Amino acid sequence: MDWFDRLVFTFFNAEVAARYLPDILVGMGVTVVLGLCVVLTGLLLGLALAVLRTVQRPWLTLPIVAFADILRALPPLVVIILLFFAFPYIQLSMSSFTATWIALSLVLAAYAEESIWAGLLALSRGQSEAARSTGLGWWPTLRWVLLPQALRIAVPALTNRVISITKNTALGSVVALNEVLNNAQSASSNAGNPTPLTMAAVAYLVIFLPVVLGARWLETRWRWKR
Amino acid sequence: MDAILQNFFNLAVYREVFTFLLRGLWTTVWLSLLVIPIGAASGLAIALVATQTRRRWLRFLLAAYVDFFRAFPPLVLLIFIYFGVPFLGIDLPKLLAVAIGFMLNNSSYYAEVFRAGIESVPGGQMEAARSTGLTRAQALRHVIVPQATRNVLPDLVGNSIEVVKLTTIASVVAIPELLRVARDAQSLVYNPSPIVLAALMYLALLWPLVRWLSRLEHRHIRPR
Repeated sequence: MDWFDRLVFTFFNAEVAARYLPDILVGMGVTVVLGLCVVLTGLLLGLALAVLRTVQRPWLTLPIVAFADILRALPPLVVIILLFFAFPYIQLSMSSFTATWIALSLVLAAYAEESIWAGLLALSRGQSEAARSTGLGWWPTLRWVLLPQALRIAVPALTNRVISITKNTALGSVVALNEVLNNAQSASSNAGNPTPLTMAAVAYLVIFLPVVLGARWLETRWRWKR
Repeated sequence: MDAILQNFFNLAVYREVFTFLLRGLWTTVWLSLLVIPIGAASGLAIALVATQTRRRWLRFLLAAYVDFFRAFPPLVLLIFIYFGVPFLGIDLPKLLAVAIGFMLNNSSYYAEVFRAGIESVPGGQMEAARSTGLTRAQALRHVIVPQATRNVLPDLVGNSIEVVKLTTIASVVAIPELLRVARDAQSLVYNPSPIVLAALMYLALLWPLVRWLSRLEHRHIRPR
């Protein structure tokens, strides 16, 4: 059982775990707060952009499409590093939290805009024509008729994006944001033992498994019945 | 404005680091060409077993595997493998660590896509194929999987784009892909232009794919 003891000592070391538990808990707090901020601003910005795109003016549509394309083509880690390491050179310094938050919000907004826009496109023309002919204006039509349906269609795509982008909060560790992974890495190099990394793995599962399962539930609950 | 040109679009710096970054871009490309087929093949295998088996425990196990790695940030996985495993006295080359991490993470995503595809093929297809005398494996290979793949082609393309973007995390374990060489170059020239140039290279590589994906997706949307 020598190898088993060694495995436990290496990855499940209770003494190391107890010593670094506070660090991991602080990291979990940062990860959760950052994740919530990203989801809130990202989805709202994405929704706003999709609504603006329905105006169908080229000078509005073009920048929105370009924004969505660029933010979907750039790796999120590149955006974070640009904001954190390059922007200070033009007198725009920001904390690692702000850099990660802005970067991930922009990425989520780009995907959300595309998904909501795709949902709007999937509706038949008759929906808006009927709504307009009952006397509803442009905004009431959008607000009460088109968006509720489009959002339902977009839910599976949106939940997938929300999960994959909130998981990217771990990328903040690259710019030394004190979230779970970063704290676990410094703890494990201090301790000379990777148990804090195991704790980080468990911490991420504690945070994100409910999100994944909740997304599954939401997808069945909101499935468009045809 | 001058500061932006000087620090983000410095042509002298661009000229200096261009070939260096091009080598990084090449590493990104072949790393992607290595991990995408591995992830897609293992994902397809998982999806096939999960949809075809009658053993409930196996289906449950595979669903758990998929959910587990959907909930697990790939960077955490990579760091766990790269920094954790050597503590056991196992010497793990960094490329192998990256390949294992990407395989575990990507296979679960591809498995979800392929599962949706296989489930989108009507049951009559399998019955018809079997009644012409094809074995179950032949029916899957020649009838079900081709249709399933075509039905979820946009998702497969989208997923593969995500994998290319994900190769940036290999920079953390010092694989000299595009982001890593750009950051090395930045610290050599004391100017962030190489990072901006790397971003432009990512755009040049991925923007056409993103456009293609949008067209694929919109072709799939039929107004009801």
